[in-house]
Amino acid sequence: MQARSQMGFTLAFHIVLACLGVAFPAVVLVANYLGLRRRDETALLLARRWSQVMAVLVAVGAITGTVLSFEMGLLWPGLMGRFGGAIGIPFSIEGIFFLLEAVFVSIYLYGWDRLSGWPHFCTGVPVAVAGSLGAWSVVAANSWMNQPAGFQLSHGRLTHVDPVAVFFNPATYYEVPHMILAAYMVTGFLVASVYAVGLLRGRRDRYHRLGFLVPFTIAGVCTPLQIFVGDTAARAVEHQQPLKFAAMEYVVRTHRHVSEYLGGVFVNGHVTGALKVPDLDSLLVGFSPNTKVVGWDSVPAAGRAPFVSFIHLSFDLMVLIGFGLLVLGAWSAVSWWRRRDLPGSRLFLWGGALSGLAAVVAMECGWVVTEVGRQPWIVYKVMLTSQAATTTSGLTGTLTAIIALYAVLGIATVAILLAFRRRWRQTAAVDNRDVPYGPSAGEPADRVGQRS
Amino acid sequence: MIAVDVAAALLWVTLTAYAITGGADFGGGVWDLLAGGAKRGEPVRRLIDESITPVWEANHVWLIITLVLFWTEFPPAFAAVTSTLFVPLSLVALGVVFRGAGFAYRKPLRRLFLQQLTGATFALSSLVTPFFMGAAAGAIVTGRVPADGQGNRVTSWTTPTCLLIGALSVVAFAFLAAVYLAADARRRGDGPLVRYFALRGLVTGALTGGLGAAALTELHAHASLTFHHFAGGGPLALLVVSGVLGLSALTLLAVRAGRGVRVIGAAAFATMLWAWAVAQYPRMLPGAFSLHAAAAPTASLVTEMVVFGAIVVLAGPSLILLYSLAQRGLLGESGEAQR
Repeated sequence: MQARSQMGFTLAFHIVLACLGVAFPAVVLVANYLGLRRRDETALLLARRWSQVMAVLVAVGAITGTVLSFEMGLLWPGLMGRFGGAIGIPFSIEGIFFLLEAVFVSIYLYGWDRLSGWPHFCTGVPVAVAGSLGAWSVVAANSWMNQPAGFQLSHGRLTHVDPVAVFFNPATYYEVPHMILAAYMVTGFLVASVYAVGLLRGRRDRYHRLGFLVPFTIAGVCTPLQIFVGDTAARAVEHQQPLKFAAMEYVVRTHRHVSEYLGGVFVNGHVTGALKVPDLDSLLVGFSPNTKVVGWDSVPAAGRAPFVSFIHLSFDLMVLIGFGLLVLGAWSAVSWWRRRDLPGSRLFLWGGALSGLAAVVAMECGWVVTEVGRQPWIVYKVMLTSQAATTTSGLTGTLTAIIALYAVLGIATVAILLAFRRRWRQTAAVDNRDVPYGPSAGEPADRVGQRS
Repeated sequence: MIAVDVAAALLWVTLTAYAITGGADFGGGVWDLLAGGAKRGEPVRRLIDESITPVWEANHVWLIITLVLFWTEFPPAFAAVTSTLFVPLSLVALGVVFRGAGFAYRKPLRRLFLQQLTGATFALSSLVTPFFMGAAAGAIVTGRVPADGQGNRVTSWTTPTCLLIGALSVVAFAFLAAVYLAADARRRGDGPLVRYFALRGLVTGALTGGLGAAALTELHAHASLTFHHFAGGGPLALLVVSGVLGLSALTLLAVRAGRGVRVIGAAAFATMLWAWAVAQYPRMLPGAFSLHAAAAPTASLVTEMVVFGAIVVLAGPSLILLYSLAQRGLLGESGEAQR
């Protein structure tokens, strides 16, 4: 349980940074492209500043990612000892992309002053591509735990591995696009929300409008695609992991004409406080009210997921936020189509300002559903989580240390981004010196400013 | 099965890559720590910063690749190591967080106090992290990690040999960093800094040799089986080569002929690691697993070879580009110098 808490906590923290690592480069590149294509100084300035933010976030993401690789062994020796030869394959493929990303992030950041426009832009492209392919690889490792494939066990040892089947396991085709789209939505809405706050405070200049529009559009386009992928994913889960689906939708016993519960908690064998829509769940699963859906009473209590209310509410919240963001995106699309402008309403801007946080919450909820919903299995129907966890005592100590450390890490990251903002407000000039991969700040900025 | 040997060699290649790149970054942190007060240490810290910054993350990725190769190629050995060595490895992980955070946050900060705080975090964790890495390695070398992972969580890595190897890693990384930094300072034509790091390279180089000899003596006294392995022809030859290379690097530093000193220093370190590898071959964890017994199915090993090939083909050229840009100072120097 402590192993799960520690893994869950560090993963929940890392995943936000991972999203930004995956999708932020693309957002930066779009702004960079617009800037070069239209000779738009504002877009270039945004691209440049965003790339500095990206540098800090990628550095922190690399750290939290390393912690996770240690934890795979420290917390789950049972899993790694037996299945390392299979689950390690997607992880090692991710290594290629991580290395590429690290190298090109560095070159791209340094390139701002040293390379001309388009060649510099090209050094950023591998960052974005490697980000998505890296995400694919890591999510493939997770989806393998949901739908393990491509291996044979004999006497508890892995005897044969089919790397292709491991990597392209039956859960990848929906988990991977779901996560990559989520990364783009989280990043897009998060960045947009920063500028939405600026717009709300009356900074309605082109800089803030563009800073809002570019990431918001990217995230807005991803939203309907995400809802489609998510819908497909839910049906696939119903098929592949019926018990997880049963927990998501409060399906107690296997039957037809299953009702859909919106919200509500499951206490003493009953759903309370939910909006109940008859037949809808069956309809969503099989496009017919007559569809049979498997309930969790099909297995003994020990084989069921714990915390069903938590799983169900997380799922519902994720879907709710998804549709909320869809409405927000549609609103801006209609406004743009009609009068080539953002909606002027403050309500829209408030929505924009909250969209980033909402997207993060939705993404975290999604991970709760897939991870808690898989329990009690760590490798679905192959290995129990309890068999995989370390027997070491003293996990309370490491968990406490990690929570304290990450709290500092989180606060420091936010504080530094705020410092960036303060500095940018004071000076129009760009200063590439103060980021982890930027050339050294040899002298205080005010002196540099005077010279140039 | 040749696949197992190749897989083990690849694991060692990545570990070597991490040691001579990322390891040197630890050493840089140690020199940062010892650079003195804010004013006096400023040029030293600036050189360290400019040398490490562009390549820091790429160097760091080798650690992750090493971990991933370890668990994919030799899963049960990985599980045994992480179980028995839970404490030092957790401390390494925490050290990585502190170090990376200190490093990432120092640059954007402007207030001296905050810079000092993050800088101290970076520097202190650079000292502590390699110590635990070395101690953990010492536990593996001396066969204190049983197959079931139920070795003692504390005493298995706190033997005098392990502590000596921990200290050895700290000093050896510091030596490597001093060599690199002396070469960097020479490229910039910064005479005082060349002397500064050449002197420190000489001291840490001598210390590395001394600690290495002490570790071998300790092995002879308390772990004669392990000592016996190291005293075999191959490892002994490699240790001698390592010593000779180390001495040549020291000589070059002493006469301040910088050319090639970087490569020779790295090679001295690498041969030391490979002496360990050869001494241990064909054991994965002495007393617990042979390489064959711990190896994953052949298909997994072959996949890792393909992955490694992809790293060489895809990331290799870009890494060379990055390192050569950094070497030629195209990445490290401040904007003014370019204008």
